[in-house]
Parts: sequence; structure tokens; C-alpha cells
Amino acid sequence: MKRILGGVIAVLIFIVLALAFVHIPFGNIDLAEYHYYNPVDNEHTQDSVPQHYLDEGKKETGSTNIVTAVVVDYRGFDTLGEVTVLFLASTGVGSIMYIFEKEKRRKVRRANAVVETASKLLFGFIILFGAYIFVHGHLTPGGGFPGGAVIASSFLLLYLAYPRFHAEHKNLNIAESLAGLTFVGVGILGLFLAGYFLYNFLPFGLPTYLFSAGVIPVIYVAVGVKVGSELTGIVDAMMGVRE
Amino acid sequence: MDLFTLVSLILIIAMLIAAVVAAEIKDLLSAAIAMGIVSLIVSILFYILQAPDVAITEASIGAGLSLAIMIFAIKHTERWEK
Repeated sequence: MKRILGGVIAVLIFIVLALAFVHIPFGNIDLAEYHYYNPVDNEHTQDSVPQHYLDEGKKETGSTNIVTAVVVDYRGFDTLGEVTVLFLASTGVGSIMYIFEKEKRRKVRRANAVVETASKLLFGFIILFGAYIFVHGHLTPGGGFPGGAVIASSFLLLYLAYPRFHAEHKNLNIAESLAGLTFVGVGILGLFLAGYFLYNFLPFGLPTYLFSAGVIPVIYVAVGVKVGSELTGIVDAMMGVRE
Repeated sequence: MDLFTLVSLILIIAMLIAAVVAAEIKDLLSAAIAMGIVSLIVSILFYILQAPDVAITEASIGAGLSLAIMIFAIKHTERWEK
């Protein structure tokens, strides 16, 4: 009975997906014949939304990296939601692991000398690389999420090499909260100065320079610090030893 | 067959082998490491397909953080699948 029900549901899902995919154009179509619907002006135009991003993105946002232009500027509100989801996940892991920690103490064993020395040497460089990725998010490939993940992996290296190491929770919380406040604060400043949330109110400057693209670098540094401290918090909840 | 196709084909075959090993092997630690190998090859493929930002994320999260968390979970439960 269960299997028949499962089969029926699978066939239904397949039919719905197939009906949805029928309407999506694939492959090379003649753009002169096809017209996209623009809901703002209520008319059919020839330039699609992705084509608009590719053509006008650099001019409208000042960012050389079009992916960053879409993630932080055009779809900035979605990024705020993603960061919030990650924050909730980190909070959940922290609370669950805190319950387990009381019951059982971990046995601690030292790592060998090669791992200890190498992690001491590499730790700073990995953090520098992560910071480079999110500071240059509007110029080169990368951004807040990869940069934060790289920073968290450098802390993971320390946790593996030194079993008694644990990051200061107070500092992690301060960094995380300040980064979140910066993100929301920049958005609200845009609301007051120009009329809508996350408006790019700073001057764009020259493209391909570090200080360009208005608020995009500010937001991406905030996202990088936030993601880095949240993922470090997850790693700390899993691996850290509390005395 | 050009070099791009050849390299991609070798990487995809290695990835499929690692994925089958991860699903079938009884030693859960080896299965977790096979999952890490899958993530690593996927990140190389992302780089070949000109998505370096996704490649960085996949390498650090897929092959780094999630592998460490899985090994932590295996350490606190049992290593061999029954």
C-alpha cells in the first residue's frame, strides 16, 4: 500500500515538473522573434533580465564582478535572508551540542609535532586569504560566503592541531552581532537617504579599484565576518573542549 | 578528443567511483573520506567550468568543514556499519 502510494506521488510530482518545464525555453532561440514579458512596464520587450544584468550591471552597481552585483545589489534582501538562515542553523547546533556536552567529557590526545608546527605557520596565511576573498568580492571571483568558510576552516585546523584550543565565545558573538548590525544598518541608511532598503548610496568610484562599487564592499565585509564567526561557532560547538 | 573533454571525463569517472564507494563500503570512516574526495573533484570541475567562486566554497565547506563534522559524528558513534 505504501509503495503504491509512493509511486502515485512520484508520478504526480513528475507530471507537475514536466508541465513546468514545458514552458521554459531551452537552447538557441531566435531572440528577434521571442519577447520577454516585463511586469513593471506591462509590455513585451526583447531584453531579458539576465541580459540586462550583463549589459547594465557594471554601470548600475559599479561592481566588476557581475555575480557580486546580483548577490549584493540586485538581490541584496535575499542575501540578508540567507545570512539569517545560517545564523539560525548556528544557534541550533550550539544549543543541541551544549546539552550533550554536560553528559560526556571528551578524551584529549595531542596531535603530532608536524601538524602542530604546520598549523601554527599556516593559520595566519589562511585567515589572510579568507579576508582577501571577501574584501575583493566586488572585483575578483569570491565574496562573503567563500571568505567566511575559508576563515572557519583555518579555525578548524587549530581545533584539529590543539585539542585544548577553543575560541572565545564572547569575541565570536561580538563579531557576529556587529557584522549583522552593519548589514541591517547600511540597508536602513539606504532607506532613509534614498528611499528604499539596501540602496547603493555611496559614490561608485572608478571600476576595478578597491574603493569602488559604493556599499557593496561594506556589505560583503560584514557578510564575510558574520559567516566566518557563525561557522567557527559551529566548529567550536562540535570540537571544542570546555573545562 | 581534446584535452578538456579528456580531463573532465577522467575526473567524472573518478567522482562516480568515489560516490559508489561512499554508498557501498561498510567502514563509515572510509565512506566519509570518499565523500570528501567527491567534493574535491566537484570543486575541480567547477574550476574547469569557470566558476572559481563556487569552487572555493565547495572546497572549503564540502571537503573541509562537513568532512570534519562527519568524522566527529563517527567518532562519537560507531565506525562499522552493521
